[in-house]
Amino acid sequence: MSIQLELRDVSVALGDRTIVRDIDFSLQTGSIACLLGPSGCGKTTLLRAIAGFEPIASGEIRLHGSTVSRPGETLPPERRHIGMLFQDFALFPHLSVAGNLGFGLRDRSGPARRARIDELLELIGLRDAQHRYPHELSGGMQQRVALARAIAPRPQALLLDEPFSSLDPERREQLAREVREMLKRERMTAVLVTHDQLEAFAMADEIGVMSEGRIRQWGSGFDLYHEPADRFVADFIGQGARLPATVIDPRRVATELGEIQGAKPHGLAPGQAAELLIRPDDLMHDPTSPIRAVILERDFRGAAFLYRLRLPSGAEVLSLAPSHEDHNIGDRIGIRPAMSHLVLFAGA
Amino acid sequence: MSVSQPSSPFVLALSAALALTLSWPAGAAKPEEGEVNLYSARKEELIKPLLDRFTDRTGIRVNLVTGNAEALLQRLQSEGINSPADLLITVDAGNLHRAKEAGVTQALSSEAMAGVSESYRDPEGHWVGLSLRARPILYARDRVEPGQLSTYEDLADPRWKGRICIRSSDNLYNQSMVASMIAADGVESAERWTSGLVANLARPPQGGDRDQIKAAALGQCDLAIANTYYLAGMLDSEDPAERDPARAMGVFWPNQEGQGDGRGVHVNVSGVALTKAARHPAEAIRLIAFLLAPESQAWYAEANGEYPVREGIDISPTLAGWGDFKADTLNLGRLGELNGEAVRVMDRAGWK
Amino acid sequence: MEIALSGAPAETGRRVAIPLGGPGPRLLIGGLALLLSLPVLVVLGSLLAPDAEAWRHLAATVLPDYVANSLLLMLGVGLGTLVIGVGAAWLTTMCRFPGRRLFEWALLLPMAMPAYIIAYTYTGLLDFAGPVQTTLRAWTGWGHGDYWFPTIRSLPGAVLMLTLVLYPYVYLLTRAAFLSQSLAVLEVSRTLGNGAWRTFLRVALPLARPAIVAGLTLALMETLADYGAVQYFGVSTFTTGIFRTWLGLGNPVAAAQLSALLLTFVLTLILLERWSRRQARYHQAGQRHQPIRGYRLSGWRALGAFVFCLVPLLLGFLLPAAQLGAWSLSVAGTGLDAGFMRLTLHSVGLAAGASLLALVVALLFAYAQRLDPSRTVQLGARLAGMGYAVPGTVIAIGVMIPFAWLDNGFDGWMRATFGVSSGLLLSGTLFALLFAYLARFLSVSLQTLESGLTRIRPAMDEAARSLGLRPHQVLWRVHVPMLRGSLLTALLLVFVDVIKELPATLVLRPFNFNTLAVRAYELASDERLAEAGPAALAIVAAGLLPVILLSRSISRSRHVHSA
Repeated sequence: MSIQLELRDVSVALGDRTIVRDIDFSLQTGSIACLLGPSGCGKTTLLRAIAGFEPIASGEIRLHGSTVSRPGETLPPERRHIGMLFQDFALFPHLSVAGNLGFGLRDRSGPARRARIDELLELIGLRDAQHRYPHELSGGMQQRVALARAIAPRPQALLLDEPFSSLDPERREQLAREVREMLKRERMTAVLVTHDQLEAFAMADEIGVMSEGRIRQWGSGFDLYHEPADRFVADFIGQGARLPATVIDPRRVATELGEIQGAKPHGLAPGQAAELLIRPDDLMHDPTSPIRAVILERDFRGAAFLYRLRLPSGAEVLSLAPSHEDHNIGDRIGIRPAMSHLVLFAGA
Repeated sequence: MSVSQPSSPFVLALSAALALTLSWPAGAAKPEEGEVNLYSARKEELIKPLLDRFTDRTGIRVNLVTGNAEALLQRLQSEGINSPADLLITVDAGNLHRAKEAGVTQALSSEAMAGVSESYRDPEGHWVGLSLRARPILYARDRVEPGQLSTYEDLADPRWKGRICIRSSDNLYNQSMVASMIAADGVESAERWTSGLVANLARPPQGGDRDQIKAAALGQCDLAIANTYYLAGMLDSEDPAERDPARAMGVFWPNQEGQGDGRGVHVNVSGVALTKAARHPAEAIRLIAFLLAPESQAWYAEANGEYPVREGIDISPTLAGWGDFKADTLNLGRLGELNGEAVRVMDRAGWK
Repeated sequence: MEIALSGAPAETGRRVAIPLGGPGPRLLIGGLALLLSLPVLVVLGSLLAPDAEAWRHLAATVLPDYVANSLLLMLGVGLGTLVIGVGAAWLTTMCRFPGRRLFEWALLLPMAMPAYIIAYTYTGLLDFAGPVQTTLRAWTGWGHGDYWFPTIRSLPGAVLMLTLVLYPYVYLLTRAAFLSQSLAVLEVSRTLGNGAWRTFLRVALPLARPAIVAGLTLALMETLADYGAVQYFGVSTFTTGIFRTWLGLGNPVAAAQLSALLLTFVLTLILLERWSRRQARYHQAGQRHQPIRGYRLSGWRALGAFVFCLVPLLLGFLLPAAQLGAWSLSVAGTGLDAGFMRLTLHSVGLAAGASLLALVVALLFAYAQRLDPSRTVQLGARLAGMGYAVPGTVIAIGVMIPFAWLDNGFDGWMRATFGVSSGLLLSGTLFALLFAYLARFLSVSLQTLESGLTRIRPAMDEAARSLGLRPHQVLWRVHVPMLRGSLLTALLLVFVDVIKELPATLVLRPFNFNTLAVRAYELASDERLAEAGPAALAIVAAGLLPVILLSRSISRSRHVHSA
C-alpha cells in the first residue's frame, strides 16, 4: 500500500475570502474517503482544488508522490489524471453512451479504446444502451455512465461531487453500494463529497466531517457516531440531544436522568460541568421508572417510534421505542437511561 | 381567443404606441381642395425645391412619394381607379411609355405640352418630358483627341480595347442607350456592337456614372460613358476629389451631322404623366405647366445640369461650355418599347 | 420517467401538451400565419403562370451567374461570419485578456451598420479614386496599371462587406449559448485530459451548434436578401437578378419566378435550421451557475485575442463610422435641420412600432406552439416566418398587390351597395408598411422567443396551470417575466433591422413620409456619398443604443437562465 493522495495544510481562498483552511489528510491507494458536511462548509471547493479547478493559497497537494498544487502553481486539470463525477452528471448531450465513455480515451488506439468501452459497458451493465443518448436514459443509468466515463482513462484518483443528490432517496444507498463495489473492483482511490451521512457511511472507508472550512474529525463512520470529537460532529452525525451533566468521578456523571456510569473512564475532572450526549437508543421505556417525560412529537418509523420528549427541567431528548407501544402526544411516560459508553463534552 | 389578448397595462401601452405610429401625421390621400399628389422617381432633392416654389406661388399643396419608377408604376397599377396619385414623374421615357401601355395614364391637351419638342412627348399626349438628359462620350483630355472620336458605333472598334469605362447593364440609362442602338441599327447590329463594347471595357462594370468619370480621369480608362449632369455636378462640387477628375474630362457629342448616320446624341427625358385616376386634374395640370415654365426649365440646368426640353431657355455656363449638340430625334416612347429587347441583348453579350 | 431530474435535458426537450381547447385558437393561428405569409404566397403563386420563353433566355444567359454568385456569396459570408462570430464569442466568454469587457459589447456594433452603407463607405475609401489609392499613388508616383490593388467592388469585396456587418448575428447567438452552457460539462472534459482548446472543439462547439446554426441562418438569409450592397458592387445575384428581370426585362412574372426559386433556397436553409433545432438534447442549461473564471491569456496569446476581436470591430464599425463622420463634417450644416429631425423620428417611430408588433405576434406564435404542437400550428409558425429571406422589394410588392385588391374590392362593393366610395383604406398607409415589416422580420423575433421558451421547463407551465391559472395568465405571470431577456433581444433585433430597412419602405411609404434610410439611399444612389453621410450616420447612431442594450442583456442572461 502506498499513499496516493496527500493534502498538507491546504487552504483555498476565493477572492479574499478563505473558504477552506489547514486541511491535512492522506489516502492509501484504493481507499475511499468522504468529505461530509453541511452545505457551505467548503467541501466542494476543496474537491475542486484537488481536481485543479481552484488554486490553493497555502500548503501542498500531492498526487501519487508528485506535487500538483502549491501556492502560485496549479497543474491544469487535464494533466492531473483525476476523474471527476459531477452532481448533475454533466454527460455530454451530443454524444451517445459509448461516445461519452470514449471521450477521455483519445490517446488509445481504436481497438484498445473499443475494448475499454466494452469493458466499462459490461461493468455498468449498459451494453444494450451504448448507442442511446443521455436524455434517453433514466437518472440511475446516467449516473452509472458518468461514473464509467470518469474512470475510463484509469485516473490516479476519482472525485465525486454529491453524486447521488439528484437521485431519489430510496435508491441512493443502493447505488452508493454499487458504486463502491465498482470502485473497489477497479482499485480506485476516491474522494466523495456529500452532506448525506447515510451516503457517506455506505460509500466511504474513512470520513472527514467538515464545517466552516475545516475538518473537525477524521475517522470511520462508527467512530464518528460513537466517538464524536466535538459538539458539531455529535450533532451532525446521527440524532441525539445534549443534556447538562456534572462529573462525579472518572466513570460517573450526574444528570437529570440520574447517575449514569460508563464502561471506560471519560477523562474529565470530578465536579466539572459538562454535557452528556444522549442518542435516541440510549433511552428505554420503563413504565416503572420515576423519571417521567412528556411526549411532544412522535414519528412513526415502521419498527419503532421516534419520540421527542420534554423532561421536567424543560430539556428535550429523543427516544426510540418499539412501535407496538403506542403513546399519544401529551402523554407522560417513564424512561430510563441504558448506556455503557459516555460521550461527554466539557463546559455547559 | 384568450391567448391573444392578455389584458394588462403593458399591452395597453403597446397598443398606444402602435396607434401613435399608425396615426403619424403623414397621409394626405384624401381628396381636398388645393392639393396634388405626386409619385416621383426623381429623387426628392431634385424635385422638392421646385414643388415648394409651386406651393408658394399657387397655394396648392404637393404631396410627394419618391421611389423607383417601376415600383411606383406597380403601385399605381394595383391601386387602380382608387389611386391617390395625380401625377407620375419618372427619370426616363421608357417607364412613362410603360405607364401608358398599362392604361393608368390619360392624355394631356396640347396646350398643356406647349413648347415641348415632339420627340420629347407622347404622340397621344399621355406623357411629356420635363428635362433632357444627354449621354455622350466623355474623354480624358490628356490622352484622347476629340478627333479620334466619332459615333457610339465606333466604340466597338478594337482600337478602344481596354480603354472604355461604363457602369452595369442593370442601369436604366444603359438599357435606354442600347434600346436606341436597336432602334437605329436593328437588333443584330446592336448585339454585335454591344459585344464589341463589352470586349473593349477596361474593367468589369461597377459603380455609378461618377465612378466611370473618375476612373477615366485617373487613368484606369480613357473614355467614359456617362450622363452629363453627373459631370456638371462634379464640376460644381467644392470637394477637390470630385472637381479635379471632372476637369480632366472633355465632352464629345457623337453621331452629329457628318458622323455615321448623324442621328444625334442619345438623350432621355425625365417626364410626367397625368394618371387616369387623378382626383385633382386641374391642379395637376397647373403643376405641369409650372414645371415646363422657363423659370423651372432653367432650374433643371442650374440645379442638376440637365437640359431644358424647350427651345430658348438659358442654360448654365457649365453646360454652355460644352457647346451645342444635336439630339437623337427618335421618339422616346420607342425606348420603352425596346427596353426588354435591350436587356436581352446585353445579357447575351455578357454585359455584367 | 422513473426519476425526476431537475433541469435534465430530457425534460426541457419535452413539449407541454396541454391542448388549447377547441379549434378556434388553432384557426386563428392558422389564419394569422396565412395572412403574414400572404406576400410570400403571392410570389409563389407566380409559379402557376409559366413563361417558358423568359426562362430559356434567363437560363441561357444570366441565370448560371446568379446561381454561382449567390452560392459563392453564401459560402464566403457563411465561412467569414462563422470564424469571426464563433471565435470572438469564445474569446470574450471563456478567455480573459485586455479589452475583453469592451469587446464583449462593442463586437455587436457593426450590426447597426446597414450593408449598403458600409459598401458605400468602403468604395469611397478604397476605390481607385479614393483616398487610400490616391495617397498610395502620391507617395509612390505610380499611375494606373503600375500596381495591383484589390478591387473592393467585386464578389470578394461583397463577401467582406456582408461578413463584417452580419457576423454579429452569429456572435450574438453563439455567445448566449456559451454563456448558458453548464460549466460542469466543460470541467468534465478537462478532467478527462482535454486542454482549453480541445475542450472548445470537442464539447463547447458541438453543444453550441444549434445557436451557431441559427445565427448562421440569419446571416445567410440577410445575405440572400441583400440588394443594396451587391448591386452597388456590380455582383449579380439572385436578388439583383429579380430586380433586373422585373425592371429591365419588364417581366414581373419571370421576376416572381426567380423569387420563388430564391425561396426554395431559403426553405432549404430553414429546414436545415429546423433540423438542427430539433436536436433538443443540445439545449442543456446547467443547474449551478458559477461565474466563469476563464482562461487568463498573456503574452502573444493575449495580443492575438485582442487583434482577433479588434479587426472586425475596426473594419466593421470604427472605420466606416469614421468615414461617415468625415463626410458629415464635410457637408456640415447642409442637412441637419428640422426636416432631418423628422426623418429620425419617422425611422425610430416605425422601428419601435414594428418591433413591438412583431414581439406581440411572435409571442403569440411561440406560445401557441408550446401549447399545441399540432401540425397546423407548427406549419403556421414556419410559414409566418418565411419572409425573412425574401428581398424587401418582393415583400413590398407582395403586400401592395393583395392590399390594393382588397381595397378595390371593398370599394366596389361599397359603391354598388351604398353608392359611396371607400377609397383605399389600407394601401399607401403606415399600416401596410408595418405589415410588410412584420412579414419580413417576424422570423427574427419568433426564433428568439422560441429558443427562449424551450429553456423554460414544462413543469413551470404545469405548476402554474395546477395553481388555477389559465393559459394566457401562465404566459403573463410565468413566462413573460422569465423570458424578459429573450423579449428584449427580440424587440431590439427587429428594431435595428427596421431602422436599416430600405426597399420595402421605399415602395410602400405614404405621401410626404421619408426615413433616414430613404434619405441616405436617395443621395447615395445619386452618387452624392458625402451628402448621404449625415443620414447614414444617424441610422448607425439610432441602431447603436439598442445594440448596446442588447449586449448588456446578454451578459446578464446568466442570471435569467438560472432563475
